[in-house]
Amino acid sequence: MAPEAISDLEFRHLTKRYGEVEAVSGIDLSVPKGAFLAILGPSGCGKTTCLRMIGGFEQPTEGEVRIAGQVVNGIPAYQRPVNMVFQHYALFPHMNVAENVGYGLRQMRPRLPSTEIDRRVGEALEMVRLGSFAKRRTHEMSGGQQQRVALARAIVNRPKILLLDEPLAALDKKLRGDMQLELLQLQRELGITFVLVTHDQEEALSMADLVCVMSAGRISQLGTPQEVYDHPTDLFVADFVGKTNRIPVTVDGGVLRLADGRALPGASALHGSAIAALRPEAIRIARAGDGLPGTVTHRIFLGSFAEYAVAVPGIGDILVTTDRRGATEADLIAPGEAVCLTYDPAAVLVFPQ
Amino acid sequence: MALSAAARKRWVTAALLAPAGLWLFFFLALPFLAILVFSLGERAPAGGYQPALTLANYLNLPARGAAFLNTALLAPVGAALCLAIAYPAAWFLALRVDPRHRLLLVALMIVPFWTSMLVRTYAWMYLLGARGIPQLLEMIGIENIRLINTPGAVLLGIVYGYLPLMVMPIYVSLEKLDRRLLEASSDLGARPMSTFLTVTLPLSMPGVMTGVALVSILLLGEYLIPQMLGGGKVYFIGNALVDLFLQSRNWPFGSAIAVTLVLGVVGVLLITMRIAWKVSGTRQMDLV
Ligand SMILES: Nc1ncnc2c1ncn2[C@@H]1O[C@H](COP(=O)(O)OP(=O)(O)OP(=O)(O)O)[C@@H](O)[C@H]1O
Ligand SMILES: [Mg+2]
Repeated sequence: MAPEAISDLEFRHLTKRYGEVEAVSGIDLSVPKGAFLAILGPSGCGKTTCLRMIGGFEQPTEGEVRIAGQVVNGIPAYQRPVNMVFQHYALFPHMNVAENVGYGLRQMRPRLPSTEIDRRVGEALEMVRLGSFAKRRTHEMSGGQQQRVALARAIVNRPKILLLDEPLAALDKKLRGDMQLELLQLQRELGITFVLVTHDQEEALSMADLVCVMSAGRISQLGTPQEVYDHPTDLFVADFVGKTNRIPVTVDGGVLRLADGRALPGASALHGSAIAALRPEAIRIARAGDGLPGTVTHRIFLGSFAEYAVAVPGIGDILVTTDRRGATEADLIAPGEAVCLTYDPAAVLVFPQ
Repeated sequence: MALSAAARKRWVTAALLAPAGLWLFFFLALPFLAILVFSLGERAPAGGYQPALTLANYLNLPARGAAFLNTALLAPVGAALCLAIAYPAAWFLALRVDPRHRLLLVALMIVPFWTSMLVRTYAWMYLLGARGIPQLLEMIGIENIRLINTPGAVLLGIVYGYLPLMVMPIYVSLEKLDRRLLEASSDLGARPMSTFLTVTLPLSMPGVMTGVALVSILLLGEYLIPQMLGGGKVYFIGNALVDLFLQSRNWPFGSAIAVTLVLGVVGVLLITMRIAWKVSGTRQMDLV
């Protein structure tokens, strides 16, 4: 029996309605065992609802959720082999760290011997580097530490799937980065399937090996981070995952034409009105040369790179990001300077309007 | 000369506390002191107080043992009965009822409070009296049932009168209970009963203890219900006090009983707070 053959998590035409509101609209999804799936999407698109249906806190209106091949519809949360790290941790305030972490183990029937519980709690705390905090009260800990307690409390039960609902949203940028690394390491170590909900596209791209972009209750795209970033299936994904410039064009015999009739480098098999999408980092900016002429209106200095807003006549504002590698101070272009934009025509993606 | 910031802060604090402080001093501390002094004195021949320094009144406490016994028995039992009925009701209101109907149901719970306790107890007096329920029972052949003037009648009155006071603090503590904790518990494999015992109950303990303390303390001084539904047969310390101060005018003995009662109340308060702190792990009592 090859465990890889069955996917760990599967949605089959999953729908969830709250009265009139359709939060999730008939989605299909299959996640292989040991994968790190990120569900990414704007607020209200149904991410949490999906997660809650996996966890067993909501029951699907239609369709089914399968965990390790088993349909789990109707099975209550406490009988599912999954654990969740809640957005605001939901640590039990009347228990110390060790008691919180051991909670799931104490619920197991037949009962585990207390030495076994203590050992596993100790292990889990070591794993999240909180070995010396066992007796602490949870409210005496920092956000990042509480986060790790919540993580330890979930993984100590060795679930088949670990669910994480925006677990890092409340942390500052630096801590978030550290925790992302830790989560990744943990996932590699444990080899269990992680499902992470986030609306932070950077987080999704950097951590997951499978990204599921959702919009209005549907899956817009499911793919590896590269696929989703480089080959977005529609304008929404292109827009939501990473920044993108949207340029209205008319496609005429494979040629892209701007409103004023000029041709825009690029090609498309579409016909009629369309939107050309161009990543800011795909554009080169120079003081002279041929290409799209424009004027820098803003420059945002972002440390390792700079972002320019360039007013291009006939198009509007175009966002350009430049790497600072090898660039000298003189290479930074000041607002007001006339520039020329060039790009590889293959980088232009054209979507129907 | 301008006051320093710290000094001004002290003055403001003092000024803010003064009204409550004066109130407590004149209407609590002073009277209690008077009672304390009275309790060590003697009954004047014509009734009232005459100065003396004796513990005789305290040694005489067993003379009113029945009042103490009734109070010590029926007050906790009454509080326990209230709790047994109030907890499920509060739980249901806070965690099961559709939020749209919640306010209405909570209001219904409190509505009886808008009628004076006297009137409501009087209604029970009639209901339990010979021409109330016993008469109805007689019509279906059950005779010689006496309800009024029994411990049962007093308990009934207590539960009826104090139930809302028990429901409210428990309801409040359950209402603000973070639902995600219940989900987390379920997520970690706890069955509903286990979740209730390990999460819901401990976290609602401050509310439970507030309710128990509130009801117990009021019950320790209860006068009306035993008077009307106990009819002088089942009487509380409160009834003994009324009797001693107003009828037999033995102020020193009454004072000794009052002092003992106050000590009892303080004891109950300390014990319930201890338990609440211990169980819920928080250092706060929510006195609604
Ligand atoms: N219990 C509920 N009752 C009614 N509608 C709900 C309920 N829960 C969610 N919804 C609706 O379902 C939709 C999806 O909600 P969901 O919480 O899944 O969004 P989300 O993608 O997690 O958003 P966010 O990023 O803001 O957390 C929203 O329109 C929301 O208003
Ligand atoms: Mg959400």
